[in-house]
Amino acid sequence: MSDATQTPVTFTAKKRKARINSSAVVMTLYLLFLLLPIYWLLNMSLKTNTEILNSFTLFPRNLTFANYATILTDPAWYLGYVNSLIYVTMNTVISLAVALPAAYAFSRYHFMGDKHLFFWLLTNRMAPPAVFALPFFQLYSSVGLFDTHIAVALAHCLFNVPLAVWILEGFMRGVPKEIDETAYLDGYGFGRFFVKIFMPLIASGIGVAAFFCFMFSWVELLLSRTLTTVDAKPIAAIMTRTQGASGVDWGVLAAAGILTIVPGALVIYFVRNYIAKGFALGRV
Amino acid sequence: MEKTVNQKAWFLVLPVLLLVAFSAVIPLMTVVNYSVQDTFGNNQFFWAGLEWFSEMLDSDRMWDALGRQLMFSCIILAIEVPLGIFVALNMPKSGVWSSLCLVLMSLPLLIPWNVVGTIWQIFGRVDIGLLGYTLDALGIDYNYTQDTLAAWITIVVMDVWHWTSLVALLAFAGLKSIPDAYYQAAKIDQASRWKVFRYIELPKMTGVLMIAILLRFMDSFMIYTEPFVVTGGGPGNATTLLSIDLVKMALGQFDLGPAAAFSLMYFLVILLISWVFYTVMTTLDKREG
Repeated sequence: MSDATQTPVTFTAKKRKARINSSAVVMTLYLLFLLLPIYWLLNMSLKTNTEILNSFTLFPRNLTFANYATILTDPAWYLGYVNSLIYVTMNTVISLAVALPAAYAFSRYHFMGDKHLFFWLLTNRMAPPAVFALPFFQLYSSVGLFDTHIAVALAHCLFNVPLAVWILEGFMRGVPKEIDETAYLDGYGFGRFFVKIFMPLIASGIGVAAFFCFMFSWVELLLSRTLTTVDAKPIAAIMTRTQGASGVDWGVLAAAGILTIVPGALVIYFVRNYIAKGFALGRV
Repeated sequence: MEKTVNQKAWFLVLPVLLLVAFSAVIPLMTVVNYSVQDTFGNNQFFWAGLEWFSEMLDSDRMWDALGRQLMFSCIILAIEVPLGIFVALNMPKSGVWSSLCLVLMSLPLLIPWNVVGTIWQIFGRVDIGLLGYTLDALGIDYNYTQDTLAAWITIVVMDVWHWTSLVALLAFAGLKSIPDAYYQAAKIDQASRWKVFRYIELPKMTGVLMIAILLRFMDSFMIYTEPFVVTGGGPGNATTLLSIDLVKMALGQFDLGPAAAFSLMYFLVILLISWVFYTVMTTLDKREG
C-alpha cells in the first residue's frame, strides 16, 4: 500500500509506475526470502564436504556432482526414492479409485447420513498423524503388512482419501446435473456414463486431486517412518541416516534434499492455478 | 444445485467408508482401549478406568505442551495472515509474471516436511548456514540449539517461510474473483486505497481467509516433522509441541496408557476445530449456491 495510491483522483502515468514498482519490490523481497534457503541447500549440494566445513562461500568454488553421484549409484540411497515413489503411486491410485464414486454421490444425491459422513471424512483429513503412529504400527504388524509399501499407502489413505473426496466434490458440483440426466435418457448406464462422459468433464479436477494425493503422501514422514524398517524405507527416513560416527555428510544430505524437491517442482507449473483450490479442499 | 434423495448412493460411498474405517476407526479403537487399561507387560491388561485421563489432566506435562502449542499457532497466524494478504495484494494479476510468482511461491509448499526442517537446520547453523553465519558476523548471539528464544524464532520463521504462500495464494484467489466494476465504482467515488481494501477487497476475501486461517490453525496444531528435525523439541522442552510430546511418550517411552489418553484429548480438540471448519465450509457453499 504505497503512498502513491492515496490520491486516486486520476492515475497519472508516473504514479501508476510508482505503484507497480512498490509491488515489484515487495514481491522481489518475498520471493528472495522464499528462495534463499533453497538456494543455500542447492549450493551446499554442489560443494565438497571440505569446502562446506572449512570455507564459507556463497557459491561453489570447486563445482562437484560427487554428492549426486553417491546417491544415484548407492542402492541404499536410490532405493529410498524408489520406495517412496512406489507407495506414493499406490496411494494416489487407491485414493482416486475410491474417492471418485464417493465424490459423485456427495455432489449429486442426498442420502441417509450424508452430512455426517462428509464431516467424518473431514475429521480424518485433520487427524494428527502422531495420534495414529502407534496404533498403525500395531495394526499393520498384526496383519503382517509391516515394512511393506502397501502398508504405508493404506496408512496415507487416512488423510488422502478425504482430501480427494473433498477436492473432487468441489469440482463435480460445477458440472450441471442436466448432463447426467441427458446421458441417462440417451441410454447410458451409470458405469459407461461415468467413465466416458463424466470423467473427461472433470479431468482437471482428477488431475488436481491426483497431484495433491501424490504431494501429501510424498511430504509425510512420521507415518512412513514408523511403518517401515528396511524394505520399504522412504527417502525421507533414509536422510536422517547421514549422521554417521564421523559427523554429518552435509553434501550428500543436501543433494538428497534437492532431489526430493524435484518431483514437486516438475509438475508445479501445470497445477499453478489450482494450488489454492486444492489446499482449500476444492472450496475456492 | 438441487440434489435428489437417493439411498442407493450409499453403494458409491461404501468403498470410501470401508477403507477409512480400516485406516481410522480400528486404530482409534486401539487408542481408546489403551486409554482405559494398564499393563505390566506380557500383553496382560487391567482395567484402569479413567486413571490415565486424570493423571494426564493433573500433570503439567500436557498443559505445558498445550500452552506452547497454542502460543506457536497464534504467533504463526498473527504473522502469516497479514503477511499473506499483503503479498497477495502486491502480486501481479495476470501474465507471465503472475505465473512465475505462483510457481515460485508454491515451491516451499511442495517440499517434504523433513527437508523443510533440514533446510532450516542448515540455514541457521552458525558455521555453515547463511543465516546463522550472517547473524554471527553481525555480532548477534544466535544459537538455536542452546537458546530458547533463538529456537522459537527459528521454528516460527521456518513456518512463515513454509506456509505464508498458502495464505497468499488463497487470498489471491479471492481477490481475482472481484469484478473490475467494483474498482471502477470506487475510483468514481474517489475512495482511498485503504477504503478500497477495507470495503471491497476484505469483504470479498473473508470466505477464503476463513478457510486459510482454519487450515493454518489446524495444520500448525499437529505440526511434528519440521520443528522436530530442527530442534528435536529442545533446548530442554522449549519447543516440544503437542505432537512431538505425544510421539516421545508413545513411541519413545512406550507409555501406552497416558499416551492414549493424551491422544484422545488431542483428538477431541481437533474434532472441535473440524466442526467449526465444516460449518464455515457449508455456509460458504450455501452462499455460493
